[in-house]
Amino acid sequence: MTKTRSLRWSLPTLLSAVSLSAKEMPLNMTQGATEISQKVYTLHMTIFWICCAIGAVVFGIMFWSIVRHRKARGVQPAQFHESTKVEVVWTAIPVVLLILMAIPATKTLIAMEDTSEADITVVVTGSQWKWHYKYLEHDVEFYSLLATPKEQISNRWQKGDNYLLEVDRPLVLPTGKKVRFLMTSDDVIHSWWLPAFAIKKDANPGFINETWARIDEPGVYRGQCAELCGKDHGFMPIVVIAKTPAEFDIWLNAEAERIAKAKAEEQELLAMNMSLEELMSVGERTYVGHCAACHQPNGEGLPGIFPALRGSAIALNDQPAHINIVLHGKAGTAMQAFAKQLSLKEIAAVITYERNAWGNSTGELVQAADVYAVMQGKGE
Amino acid sequence: MSAVVTDHEHEHHDHRPSGIKRWLYTTNHKDIGTMYLVFALIMFFIGGSMAMVIRAELFQPGLQFVEPNFFNQMTTVHGLIMVFGAVMPAFTGLANWMIPIMIGAPDMALPRMNNWSFWILPFAFLILLGSLFMPGGGPNFGWTFYAPLSTKFSGDSTALFVFSVHIMGISSIMGAINVIVTIFNMRAPGMTWMKMPMFVWTWLITAFLLIMVMPVLAGAVTMVLTDKYFATSFFDAAGGGDPVLFQHIFWFFGHPEVYIMILPAFGIVSSIVPTFARKRLFGYSSMVYATASIGLLSFLVWAHHMFTTGMPVFAELFFMYCTMLISVPTGVKVFNWVATMWRGAMTFEVPMMFALAFVVLFTIGGFSGLMLAITPADFQYHDTYFVVAHFHYVLVTGAVFSIIAAAYYWLPKWTGYMYDEKLGQWHFWCSLISVNLLFFPMHFVGLAGMPRRIPDYALQFADFNALISVGGFLFGASQLIFVWVLVKCARGGQKATARVWEGAEGLEWEIPSPAPYHTFDTPPEIK
Repeated sequence: MTKTRSLRWSLPTLLSAVSLSAKEMPLNMTQGATEISQKVYTLHMTIFWICCAIGAVVFGIMFWSIVRHRKARGVQPAQFHESTKVEVVWTAIPVVLLILMAIPATKTLIAMEDTSEADITVVVTGSQWKWHYKYLEHDVEFYSLLATPKEQISNRWQKGDNYLLEVDRPLVLPTGKKVRFLMTSDDVIHSWWLPAFAIKKDANPGFINETWARIDEPGVYRGQCAELCGKDHGFMPIVVIAKTPAEFDIWLNAEAERIAKAKAEEQELLAMNMSLEELMSVGERTYVGHCAACHQPNGEGLPGIFPALRGSAIALNDQPAHINIVLHGKAGTAMQAFAKQLSLKEIAAVITYERNAWGNSTGELVQAADVYAVMQGKGE
Repeated sequence: MSAVVTDHEHEHHDHRPSGIKRWLYTTNHKDIGTMYLVFALIMFFIGGSMAMVIRAELFQPGLQFVEPNFFNQMTTVHGLIMVFGAVMPAFTGLANWMIPIMIGAPDMALPRMNNWSFWILPFAFLILLGSLFMPGGGPNFGWTFYAPLSTKFSGDSTALFVFSVHIMGISSIMGAINVIVTIFNMRAPGMTWMKMPMFVWTWLITAFLLIMVMPVLAGAVTMVLTDKYFATSFFDAAGGGDPVLFQHIFWFFGHPEVYIMILPAFGIVSSIVPTFARKRLFGYSSMVYATASIGLLSFLVWAHHMFTTGMPVFAELFFMYCTMLISVPTGVKVFNWVATMWRGAMTFEVPMMFALAFVVLFTIGGFSGLMLAITPADFQYHDTYFVVAHFHYVLVTGAVFSIIAAAYYWLPKWTGYMYDEKLGQWHFWCSLISVNLLFFPMHFVGLAGMPRRIPDYALQFADFNALISVGGFLFGASQLIFVWVLVKCARGGQKATARVWEGAEGLEWEIPSPAPYHTFDTPPEIK
């Protein structure tokens, strides 16, 4: 995938007793998959070697002095203690070196920040703890969630090759086209980092940041959220699949079709009633995927941070308020709006589940039509 | 004033209360300095034990010991304690002990405020540590407490966090005022500005930085408090605010803050290297000017912590150039230290070993700092373990090593006994090896793509993280040797002479060891 040298590291043998690693770690920054990332890598290496050279000279002189000018060798200390000439020289030389570093850095930076004349625009929205992608010129949008099973994280199952770096629905992008990203957030600050594109841009709530990439090679590229965004900051990876423009168009059309079809099905669903068993099973699956991170699998929440649903007034009594908070979230808290994240069926099922699980035995069934009614009632 | 008190010198000794009251009521700069240093050491171990929790969790991929929420509390409180509880009080303790002696003053200028500025500190940290036991736990938004994670999305421990930071800030401001007033007014006759020891100079500039930026931090935490509890919207776009504004305010404090934690270290190294090289500090005046220019430049570089927040290109370029420029005066300092060693007659007692390690390892931290200044590359380094490696090189092998060096250097003056040189050398070599095992591989992990502040990681990072954790545990254990040395030296040992070190210069070496409870009741003669 990348051309990065992967040096043989002899320590794994030493540490093999504790090592679970299936993969070898590259020891250097990736050269990446874009012209910009290549430039960034070159810049990084240039400065690295300049620092090494300065270090070799300074530490060299210092160690020479430590070896030669020690009292144990019977030397007498010299008396000199200042020289304006020397001070000027070792002020001027670093300035020249810095200017030499600044020139390529400035050029690269200006190129990186030029988001004009993009071929395609993707809106990237961070929320606790998932990414949402929307193709601005097309009717395609979806959430991208961590796909690693909880059992792997809690060490009950063997960890997979792409542990913590795999998602249910990757972002798909065309190669050779200038892709513009617009970054924003629904809640706290996140940061969309894809090392292979040399992109790390903060997603700030209420503001939009811009950046871009032109991917050279088809492939799978992985990254992670880079800004501390709360409890599951370590569990919101990014996966990008780069396809050739022709394949990308096929994918995009198929996706648009699939989404349109799902919407149509949802309307049909409004007339249907689901059984308690069905609602509970869909509800449990949805709960585990979307709610359990905060409210916990046992519905007891985390005291002081995330409220319990078990025995809570809202989950036992006021059904419309329950539907409303799941649909629209609660301003000023971590409770998100799920109206766009989940289907009507899933929302109906998860609310039914919450009202009938862990001893919350209201016996009430919530159907898609009930959810739809509250949605329309709010006029949003 | 000092001329009058000469006759009463003996009474002073008798007026010292005994037991706990001596420490509660003391206005003596040496007592207060000792309390600051002991407090810093305790905090170093509490903050360090949190680092051990972090490294234990990161020893292997997967979640083994702690929940992500608790992990975040550990990274947050570890940072806060090490910065505000360990490094800053340790430097203030050294300032209290050494500055009056170094300038020939009988005490600090404002002794009662001095007592107060120390005694509020334990309460600040009791509040902070106590918040960990609240329902939902303590602060979990990182020591940088970025809004809105620390406002709309934080637990109720935030109020305690804000309160404790306020107390720490007040303590620091009082300490800084005391240092400035003392240096301006209490220098012995003949102690002109350009005769002051480098430690005094660096602390004077540090004190000015403290007075400038601690109120900014107080403003930041107050805005967090009102955003969270009083419906203001400083950092909330929905109410017309801006979350990035928080970062500008925080880092306007935060960048000078990192120099607050390194300038006194420069002063310490500038005292130790000449002593053990038996040769005067090379380029004294250029050292003073370099320190002052670092102080000034530190106000012009704050946004280099924020290159990924989406600043205009012009701003990114400005902050990149200013940050690169800081390496010039910093380089001058390193060159001057090397020139001081050059053709000296060096010996390698423990303080010198730590000072030499400081010069090399701090410079490595400086190199990674220069790399981080390069904005396009910073996009790759930012918020990864590369940054964690960078700031631990400048703060652990920089600030902390200098504090340890200072402790060994002045310990005979404080206790009247020589420390155990052999144990000290063990402490040094164990620390040196383990600290590099701990922090050097972090550079590679960061470059390979591991973000910071995550409790679990992809499998490719497993081997290096195991190695880093081993280094961490060894470094933690090595510091127990330090405690052993300190206790042993406080209890007795070979008597120290007044001069202690063959090549030592300065007023602190003119007075007996241990330093009498009151020094320079009459001002000394300055040559």
